[in-house]
Amino acid sequence: MKYLSRYRRHKAVAPLLLLFALFAIGTTFSVASATTTPSQSALSRSAAIDEGRQLFLKGCSSCHGLNAEGGAIAPSLIGVGAASVDFQVGTGRMPMADMSTQAMRKPPVYDANQVAALAEYVASLAPGPAIPTDAVLNYERDGSTAQGGELFRTNCAMCHNFAAQGGALTQGKYAPTLMGVQPKQMYEAMITGPQSMPVFSDKTITPAEKLSIIKWVKAAEAEPALGGAALGRVGPVTEGLLVWTLGIGLLIGVAVWLAMKAR
Amino acid sequence: MTARERIAGTVASYVDERTGAAAWMKKNLNKVFPDHWSFLLGEIALYSFIILLLSGTFLTFWFDPSQREVIYDGNYEPLSGLKMSAAYASTLHISFEVRGGLLMRQIHHWAALLFMVAIVVHLLRVYFTGAFRKPREFNWIIGVGLLTLGIVEGFLGYSLPDDLLSGTGIRIAEAIIQALPVVGSYISFFAFGGAFPGEAFIPRIFTVHVLLLPGIFLALITVHLMLVWYQKHTQYPGPGRTEKNVVGFPLLPVYMAKAGGFFFIVFGVTAFLSAVASINPIWLYGPYTPGQISAGSQPDWYMGWLDGLVRMAPPLETHAFGHTISWNILIPGLILPGIMFTGLALYPFIESWISGDKREHHILDRPRNVPNRTAIGAMALTFTIVGLLNGGNDIIATTFNLTINQMMWFSRIGILVLPPIAFVVTKRLCLSLQRADRDLVLHGRETGTLLRMPSGEFVEVHEPISAEKAWTLTQHEQPVPLELSDTDTRGLKRPGAIKNKLRNRMSRANAVAVPKVTAQDLKEIEHH
Amino acid sequence: MSHEIEAIKDPGVPAHVHRQADSDPKAEKKAERQVAILFGLSAVGTLLFIYSYIWLPEDVFIYLPVLGTTNAKQLFLGLGLALSLFFIGAGAIHWAKTLMPDEEVIAMRHEMRSEDSDRKDFVASAKEGAAAAGLGRRSLIKRSLGLSLGLVGLSPLLLLRDLGPLPGKDLETTSWKSGTRLVTDPGDRPIKPSDLEVGAVAQVLPALAPGEERTLNNIGKDAVLLIRLRPEEFQLDAEKLAMTHEGIIAFSKICSHMGCAVALYEQQTKHLLCPCHQSTFDVPRGAKVIFGPAARPLPQLAISVDQEGYLVAQRPFSEPVGPSYWERNSQ
Repeated sequence: MKYLSRYRRHKAVAPLLLLFALFAIGTTFSVASATTTPSQSALSRSAAIDEGRQLFLKGCSSCHGLNAEGGAIAPSLIGVGAASVDFQVGTGRMPMADMSTQAMRKPPVYDANQVAALAEYVASLAPGPAIPTDAVLNYERDGSTAQGGELFRTNCAMCHNFAAQGGALTQGKYAPTLMGVQPKQMYEAMITGPQSMPVFSDKTITPAEKLSIIKWVKAAEAEPALGGAALGRVGPVTEGLLVWTLGIGLLIGVAVWLAMKAR
Repeated sequence: MTARERIAGTVASYVDERTGAAAWMKKNLNKVFPDHWSFLLGEIALYSFIILLLSGTFLTFWFDPSQREVIYDGNYEPLSGLKMSAAYASTLHISFEVRGGLLMRQIHHWAALLFMVAIVVHLLRVYFTGAFRKPREFNWIIGVGLLTLGIVEGFLGYSLPDDLLSGTGIRIAEAIIQALPVVGSYISFFAFGGAFPGEAFIPRIFTVHVLLLPGIFLALITVHLMLVWYQKHTQYPGPGRTEKNVVGFPLLPVYMAKAGGFFFIVFGVTAFLSAVASINPIWLYGPYTPGQISAGSQPDWYMGWLDGLVRMAPPLETHAFGHTISWNILIPGLILPGIMFTGLALYPFIESWISGDKREHHILDRPRNVPNRTAIGAMALTFTIVGLLNGGNDIIATTFNLTINQMMWFSRIGILVLPPIAFVVTKRLCLSLQRADRDLVLHGRETGTLLRMPSGEFVEVHEPISAEKAWTLTQHEQPVPLELSDTDTRGLKRPGAIKNKLRNRMSRANAVAVPKVTAQDLKEIEHH
Repeated sequence: MSHEIEAIKDPGVPAHVHRQADSDPKAEKKAERQVAILFGLSAVGTLLFIYSYIWLPEDVFIYLPVLGTTNAKQLFLGLGLALSLFFIGAGAIHWAKTLMPDEEVIAMRHEMRSEDSDRKDFVASAKEGAAAAGLGRRSLIKRSLGLSLGLVGLSPLLLLRDLGPLPGKDLETTSWKSGTRLVTDPGDRPIKPSDLEVGAVAQVLPALAPGEERTLNNIGKDAVLLIRLRPEEFQLDAEKLAMTHEGIIAFSKICSHMGCAVALYEQQTKHLLCPCHQSTFDVPRGAKVIFGPAARPLPQLAISVDQEGYLVAQRPFSEPVGPSYWERNSQ
């Protein structure tokens, strides 16, 4: 990567990247159209919407309303887009287990196909943010770790903590840890703003910048302990706890041995 | 005489002829030190200080105390190409390019935390055993001074790397300075060489951190130790221990081997902590910029209680005549700590004023035998712990599924309610323990063996305790309350009548105790 | 002070109990061996340190329970050092405990107070010295000395004057001027209202004029948070409402309490939380303080759009940003 990044300011880079992008779009399109003919895909799409609607009526409509128009305890889902559904249901936050402070990440209730169907259904109600494709999510190629770190510290660390370990919000709400979160889900969270989280639009944080953020989080997640046990990466609180227990404890232990009369 | 003895003799004679050291050494090599684990707590602090001097010197060889902007091109990939200060970049260099540099950084930081822990634990030992009483009041004050300087030195130290967390700490310190009435913004501009953060602060605090404060530390620690040496160490009560003697081991060889060995133990344990546990991972925090912040931004533990107090302060500001006074900063940030440290420093004098006791004391108190002092200590400790807990309220809230709002209200109420409760409970606990001591002396130890009396009743066999134990439990003095009359011999009101009344009252509260076993009591027991 | 007859007499220092090593040569040998083993372990620690320093590569990571995946070089350097130091200490202490004399000795104390005669002599010589200098009689000298001693302290104090400039108007001013564009931090891209959906936030700074450099001092006062709500959600007076643009409201990100960056925005409750001291601000009501120690709302920046449709500041902040200070007029 270092070898490549050395040339990133080269004047031939922009046209080359443009060519590359066009080529990539072209090939993905041709691959996609090669596997399913348009009529077939339309057919499967409407089938998915139908299946999604059935799932929605069974599992979601009691709170979100029969037509996803929202209710007293749950917001309208018209226009939230497929990305939102994929995030909320795909991370197990929806359906909610209990109506307490906030929806927790837990093992998903629906399998991948069902999530896709639900997303298709909600996306069919009104346009909204779409699920980012794997081609978009190539953060290893398109992101920059250092830039991502800077963006993360400006836009995310105040809630999610400097090492993406999560943190407290008001009244028992919290920003969850980002450890073990899929890149797709992080991306969806940024464009849809689930629960307490605000939306980070593509103009203020560009898609490339979002990928940089994801790349940095993944690097932070993979970073081994460089100086010994990480102590939760939450700052000086756990350090203080350790010095008051293990640190002074060991020394007092030795002091007791030192002052004890030998047999 | 062997050859070695001859050489040693020549050297010793050479030195003595120029210094006359032999007479002094002869006296002091046989100095007696009582042995108890709790007497080593101050030593932990002393040795941590030496470790700090050694590891700190090592770090200065690479650390560049400058806020000049540089572009990072070191080994740590996630920061490469970012703008940062030379201070931060050189700390990264120490951590990732100097072999053993990260280890020494961690040793320096762990030793600093340990230094403060040891000071506090040592202070608690001295306080609860009454070791601060005459003639050791000066040393107590020096100790309080060392504690205060230690907090400042620690804060300056962790501020040096100019990372996001410590920069936030400096930002808060600047706000405290700025909140000072009348002179605040001027002092802040002088300290920072202009507006916050400027480029002058880190070079300046570097000099203070590595030169000025360590110098003061060395001087104060020297006086502290010389006084201990000269006044001889206190000792715990026990058989053969009196106010006129000191029972223990001579400096040479036993104490020297033990104390010297303990230095290596403290260094070894610090190195162990630094090997297995990461501390202040500045590369994760990122370089400081005022526009960024991390969730859970806390100071190191010895500042945590102050931060907790600031967090729980009510939102009070006075706006009048075009001026602003921030009580929400001044009260928790300066006034309360000021009162606490002044009270701490003056405590020996306050206690002797209340008790009227002006004699020398070399035998330590058992905390239960001085219920008032022990209860005041428990009260102050409770106050500080509530502050400390609130300083980490967000971490505690996320760990234990609480809310920061609950934690904050718990602290706001707790800081007022819990210390008095701690006082009452501790005082009663002390009195119960005194009663238990009395029973032990009178009736002996419960053996657990049951005996059936002729009447059919079961009684437990009590075994008398040893003479040594009985002495330890009864050697203390029972305090006598002051009875200052508010009239003089001619029946006229004295000028300080109210003061005397107050003093009498406090003295009475101070003298509450369970009567200890008298000869009369023992005689009565024998007759049974 | 206690007047009752002491019931229990001091039995004196208990008789010395000998250790095994004192009488049993075997136990003595054993203790000696133990000390030697402890010192030997220290030497092993130093060898481990040397090995790790010279031969262990930087990029070896090993997995250990509790610690996780750890850098081997750092770990073994540390453990080597820890062993080498700890066991010197352990050996010395064990030696002192088992083989050095362990009979307690008694030393006598003397009262701190000097002998009466010494005190008397001291007072006499102090008085004599003072009299010889004429401190009592020569009041002119005494007073002038007092004056000069009092004044001499001013010089070092005055020397500190050049530590920094006077604050002047610095605390009251920021880089925001009428028409300054709001640009993203980081990225420095201008923003159009349509770039922000409802519920979106953006961290912004004032656009730089060509050739200008952004310093941390600037960021420390200029940092602003943009938040977009539905316009009907605002509960603001007309003046403050006019400072918003199509539901977008801009606040100084520098906390009015102690200057931390307040940027924890909760989209659902529309609260802003400062992670340092947990002051909570209610965005629809103009960042009114609803919890925590902050005493003032965050200063609001008046915004609108320029001809090209980019967000700009209508005018500078109307009050100083950041923490309070004595000269601040907060009425």
